[in-house]
Amino acid sequence: MLGKTAGGLYWMFRFLERSENTARLIEAGFRIALTRSKDPEAEWKSVLTTARVRADYDRKYDGYAASNALDFLLRDTDNPSSVISSIENARTNARMVRTALTTEVWEAVNESWMALKAVLKNPVTQTKLPAVLGEIRRHSAQVRGAVHGTMLRNDIFDFTQIGIALERADNTARIIDVKYYTLLPSASFVGSTLDNVQWETILRSVSAHRSFRWLNNHEISPMSIAEFLIFDSRFPRSLSFCSRILEDNLGYLAKDYDARLPCHDMIDAQRDKLRAHTISTVFDEGLHQFITSFISANNAIGEQIEKDYRFVG
Amino acid sequence: MSSDRRHFDEMLLGQDAVRAPYAEYENWFSQEDRTRLSKKSKEAEAFFRRTGITFNVYGQSAAQERLIPFDLIPRIIANREWAKLSKGIEQRVRAINAFLHDIYHRQEILRAGIVPVDLIASNAAFLPQMIGVAPPGGVYTHIVGTDIVRTGEDDFFVLEDNARTPSGVSYMLENRETMLQMFPELFSQIKVQPVSDYPKNLRHSLAASAPKNCAGKPTVAVLTPGIHNSAYFEHSFLADQMGVELVEGHDLRIVDGHIAMRTTEGYQVIDVLYRRVDDDFLDPLNFRPESMLGVPGIMDVYRAGNITIANAPGTGIADDKAIYSYMPDIIEFYTGERAILKNVQTFRCSEPDALRYVLDNLADLVVKEVHGSGGYGMLVGPAASKKELAGFAEKLRRSPANYIAQPTLSLSTVPIFTKQGLAPRHVDLRPFALVSPGGMNITPGGLTRVALKAGSLVVNSSQGGGTKDTWVLED
Repeated sequence: MLGKTAGGLYWMFRFLERSENTARLIEAGFRIALTRSKDPEAEWKSVLTTARVRADYDRKYDGYAASNALDFLLRDTDNPSSVISSIENARTNARMVRTALTTEVWEAVNESWMALKAVLKNPVTQTKLPAVLGEIRRHSAQVRGAVHGTMLRNDIFDFTQIGIALERADNTARIIDVKYYTLLPSASFVGSTLDNVQWETILRSVSAHRSFRWLNNHEISPMSIAEFLIFDSRFPRSLSFCSRILEDNLGYLAKDYDARLPCHDMIDAQRDKLRAHTISTVFDEGLHQFITSFISANNAIGEQIEKDYRFVG
Repeated sequence: MSSDRRHFDEMLLGQDAVRAPYAEYENWFSQEDRTRLSKKSKEAEAFFRRTGITFNVYGQSAAQERLIPFDLIPRIIANREWAKLSKGIEQRVRAINAFLHDIYHRQEILRAGIVPVDLIASNAAFLPQMIGVAPPGGVYTHIVGTDIVRTGEDDFFVLEDNARTPSGVSYMLENRETMLQMFPELFSQIKVQPVSDYPKNLRHSLAASAPKNCAGKPTVAVLTPGIHNSAYFEHSFLADQMGVELVEGHDLRIVDGHIAMRTTEGYQVIDVLYRRVDDDFLDPLNFRPESMLGVPGIMDVYRAGNITIANAPGTGIADDKAIYSYMPDIIEFYTGERAILKNVQTFRCSEPDALRYVLDNLADLVVKEVHGSGGYGMLVGPAASKKELAGFAEKLRRSPANYIAQPTLSLSTVPIFTKQGLAPRHVDLRPFALVSPGGMNITPGGLTRVALKAGSLVVNSSQGGGTKDTWVLED
């Protein structure tokens, strides 16, 4: 496979994952701002921070009115992580690697692009927001379904999964990073309304408010939430789960190409680090520090993969 | 422009009569519900959008992707008609390859005084870098698209020979796919020669043209300028259909005297490069130094016989519009036969007598730039305003050698499907020929382009033309 093609696949699926993650952040923020928060602007500010676009947003707007935040996150082409930019980038990469995709996958991406461009052509009102977010989620599911149902399990598939896993791990880690203070035992006492709201935001941002309750008998504690997001191997957005996907797929590549590369050592080190920790040792060491170092290690793995598999010349 | 009312329609003879090749189709069509057909027509458009069969238009914003309108009435050619056409194309393509070999070697045709020396020496499409170079297997043009128009029952003319990087073959294939999806029953009733072998034939033809020293199965790749090129869809489509890599200049470099592509596992040698990048941009060391689309030094690898470039650099000298007028003589010179397909009468404005005639009759002529393509920079006399005519006359006087002129032909029409019923529109035809050292393969049919505006003679997609599926009937 061409190095450029591997890179195109990787970025195509990072951007697809990003569009879905942004939609999920919006959904959580919207719901909390609507139902629970005394300070909706603070919610939107936090969403923009988590999406890592606040600096760009601040250059454009004063304050964090819902309509501005929504517009910036959904349909602003100046925002490289907006849903419309992400889907545009995903499709441009898909065009570039079209020979590596099945017809079903290509058509699913192309249709997403056509549909979302139409839906996001005009500003999205709060009335229409749920339907729009639903459509974004549906299209993303369609692409994922086409990938799983039609693509060969070869190096092409591996690079798609690597892109997804890295983007998703980064997203979950950033959610923890922005809200980590609400998870610290020192800053909380169980039953406080404020914390409950913040915890719900976190769980909704990763679409896990229901599954978490199922697994934890409705007993919510900051430590159990942190443990769930970092370590739970059943939860497909946990850091541990994403790292395993990454490790597996990099492993398949090593076997396929009969070559162990520096990125393999890095993912092994990450796995060992996650295994060596429990939630108590993470809290002892400092949650914030742990997450910050995870984010930079995750980025470094991504950069190493780009080098090892020759994405660019 | 408005066309002559006496033009030849390939389907309809009169009020109730249809020409023989269309008899079976007309039989089916007359029983079809028009509303259903209208719906099908919209379905086809949605299908093209969904599958991304689009082209980018130069001069518009980068993100602009347009569809080439597709008309659902097929253009039908009888087997007998095709037999003559394909024989004529075969002869012509053979002559073009012989001409190219000669022009880059001994130049017998210039010594014989058949083609003027000036025409070659001063021609930008002639590449001195190709002099004395022997392309692998002796093939210069591996893929040729011959533009043919019709004016009557037995009157076919070649309008243009596309011997550089002819495009449009993906539309030939996708148009047939679309028709098969929309009207499967038609194809069980009417026996149409298939076109779907083209990608397989292309792959075989390219592989058969690999350098002699290539050990094992040749590695083929398609070279594209990138996703912003107007024909990018076709490049990726062909690579995909052939099952070969689609590469850009920055994926390639020279490794041990060979062209190699950067893969996830290191550099892999390419034996045959089907390039869809123009000569000028192919090699910044040998041609345009600022080109980012090519591979520095590829010409040296080529001259060393370590890669096949299809089509070979420098083939443009054979489809140059100034050379075109000499084609009948060129065919006779190399094949010893009279040309089977006629040329359109052509006035070379470089010749004083011809220029005078062209200037006197500008309003009746089509004037083309010698090096132009895609319908840009041409004058359609009968459609032009007085001001446009005067402006063009000035250009002609300033650089006459840049232009040729031809009479406006009364192009044949084939009906298109409109809300009001069938409406005649002018068409042309571009069949595709594949050449390898082992022989030639011409896909039955080709791309039919249709001018969608009533009376218009300009079929180019960049100028608002559409396409039709082209059927060559079985015997």
